[in-house]
Amino acid sequence: MSAKDIAIKDQRNPLKVARGLGSSQSGVSHWWTQRVTAAALVLLGVWFVVFVLCMLHADYAAAHAAVAKPWNALLLIAFVLTMFWHAVLGLQVVVEDYVHTRWKEVVLLVAIKFLAVLGALASVLAVLRIALTP
Amino acid sequence: MADTQRPTSPHLQIYRWQVQMVSSILHRATGIALAVGSVVVICGLLQLAAGEDSFNRFKSIIGSPVGMLLLIGWSWALFYHLCNGIRHLIQDAGAGYAIPQFVRSSWLSVAGSIVLTVLVWTYVLMAGGAA
Repeated sequence: MSAKDIAIKDQRNPLKVARGLGSSQSGVSHWWTQRVTAAALVLLGVWFVVFVLCMLHADYAAAHAAVAKPWNALLLIAFVLTMFWHAVLGLQVVVEDYVHTRWKEVVLLVAIKFLAVLGALASVLAVLRIALTP
Repeated sequence: MADTQRPTSPHLQIYRWQVQMVSSILHRATGIALAVGSVVVICGLLQLAAGEDSFNRFKSIIGSPVGMLLLIGWSWALFYHLCNGIRHLIQDAGAGYAIPQFVRSSWLSVAGSIVLTVLVWTYVLMAGGAA
């Protein structure tokens, strides 16, 4: 960095340099999203439990038909997506709290996101295949 | 080895166990358990999409004694995380922070989750077992 760059940088108000760093702007979105997905999962989770209990004795054809019903397929996809989203946010906090070696923390955080996206995509594709096959 | 060399705070064995502590630890533990349990949901949907043979194999695995035992565990984890999650949402809204209320709601989460688990499995057994 040349002397000129430093001189230009020094012209800036210190507040301008500090602003936007840290979690003061985006940190609340994690907290808030975790709560919104939680509220959604209260409803979707109860629905999912009832849905599964209704399918206790369902054979393949009955289970297939139940999942293929438009409302059930829609709610299943909503449940699965919200669940993985909520899980990523929750596991992220656990990893950040307990894993104190930076590289392990980053690897775990990225791995959790990869696995969650794979899980969510697999579930959605499965529901769509069931719903769209006659 | 941890990157930071901060002084450590007294750990769990220092404290006398109390229900507020248990409810908080259980919320995390059940959250992690449920994230692992999502694999069962993915498998179930994939096997149902794959066809009749795959679905029947999936059903026989989750209907086996080990499968049922795991399902009982996961259903309790779900109900605990649900009850305590609702408790946390209420607390996030600013209510229930007085210590007696906090202790009572902790017990309520624990008791509610057990009651719901027993109710669901009583229904399952009365309906003639799962799968």
